[in-house]
Amino acid sequence: MKLWNRLMCYCRRRSPWLFHMNSGSCNGCDIELVASLTPRYDAEQLGVRLEGSPRHADILCITGPVTHNAVEAIKTVYGQVCGPKAVVAIGSCPATMNVFIDSRTLDGPLDRHIPVDVFVPGCPPRPDAILLGVAKAAAILAERGSKPPAIETPPEIVGECSNDCICSESKSKEVQA
Amino acid sequence: MNLTTALARLLLFPGLLFAVPAAWFFMWVERKAVARMQGRIGPPFMQPFYDFVKLLGKQTPQRPGVGGLLMKAWPLIAVSAAAGAVGLLPVLPASGGFEGDLILLLALLELPSMCIIAAGFSSRSIFGEIGSAREAVLSVSYNVVFLLAIVSIAASQHTFRLDALAHLPFSPLQIMGVVALLVCLPAKLHLNPFSLPNAEQEIYSGPMTEYAGPELAMWELSHGLEWVAGTGLVATLVAPHVTLGWLSVLIFVVLSFAIVMLLSVVAAATARLQIDTTVRFYWRCTLIFAVLAVVSALFMRFRA
Repeated sequence: MKLWNRLMCYCRRRSPWLFHMNSGSCNGCDIELVASLTPRYDAEQLGVRLEGSPRHADILCITGPVTHNAVEAIKTVYGQVCGPKAVVAIGSCPATMNVFIDSRTLDGPLDRHIPVDVFVPGCPPRPDAILLGVAKAAAILAERGSKPPAIETPPEIVGECSNDCICSESKSKEVQA
Repeated sequence: MNLTTALARLLLFPGLLFAVPAAWFFMWVERKAVARMQGRIGPPFMQPFYDFVKLLGKQTPQRPGVGGLLMKAWPLIAVSAAAGAVGLLPVLPASGGFEGDLILLLALLELPSMCIIAAGFSSRSIFGEIGSAREAVLSVSYNVVFLLAIVSIAASQHTFRLDALAHLPFSPLQIMGVVALLVCLPAKLHLNPFSLPNAEQEIYSGPMTEYAGPELAMWELSHGLEWVAGTGLVATLVAPHVTLGWLSVLIFVVLSFAIVMLLSVVAAATARLQIDTTVRFYWRCTLIFAVLAVVSALFMRFRA
């Protein structure tokens, strides 16, 4: 049984299937996500497959600053992904709402609605940063097993942007609020 | 064929013990070949195995009622039918068989696509239903050619024993039949240019859209076993007759591998055709070809 669990952990880490969802993104991050599947970056080496149906996916990749219209769709799709699952927020928009922070059409950031495991900040992030984020999410997925994710866990931040740049952005949001 | 040999063929060789690793290997070869054709490196060798184990460990949504039971049943029926089809292949010389096992093999090869059609409709997803409808249209068009190609070879020999068909002398008719079979295989295995039922850019995953976890793992496995059965059928038809057991196994594996490579290269080099173009292709071009093969087979038989 223990051996089976270890095998399962290993296989989960080696076979992350993605479902890509756009929550009002400008398409910049979507293009970078697709670029990470192209010959130059070749995400399939990590076992990544971009799936058409959320039922098949392990990792939900969300781009965009979460518009009011997208909130229900995000929650529905998050429910449709079968556990164990992880969420990767791609780009600065789902993390901080970026330059759209004052817009009245937005209901972000993303982690107000669903638990996010990995943030990949950048506008847009580089494909290698996205791949690193997916790999981290796969490792989290393998450790977590079937236990439901706790919303309180501090998410991983991956990529070129350092911790304090996120902090300064969220501080400016508080000031404006 | 007594019970022991039948069980050994179903469970050991060329059945499950051989066919399941072979199915994963062929699925890897297909993905790797497509990746190499696109200038990528492609998935690691164990990738289909990782995918399978991971899917076994995922949860499935609760589906109440008869619909839920049916959705659980279809992938299991598909896997058993595909495994049975692989078990019937006459790989080893003097492996036995019975009169009419060709008909059973054809029925078992057809059952997985029937299950896919039923699964798409019982999932009640709009994408599943479109995918099932496409699969149904596709299977009506390629199956006529597929069956005529097999029947032409069988009719020329006046037998429906697979064992006898596997040891045919080399003839132009056999080449014609094998080429017709090869034309049908991409449609049977949902590969480009006939990958209509699971066209992910158009209808997500088609009939599989609502499937998750272990059920999806069973679909992947049945797809892999269909690879082994489909390529294995062609491989047994073209394999030269040898008496050594291990040599015939080696020839079978090498020929199957070559056919998998051929299909993958064609899949990577082509784009998906529209449904009407596909149907027209099978009915207009290849049906004529297959009818010619049957006519020449009957002619050969009456002349002999």
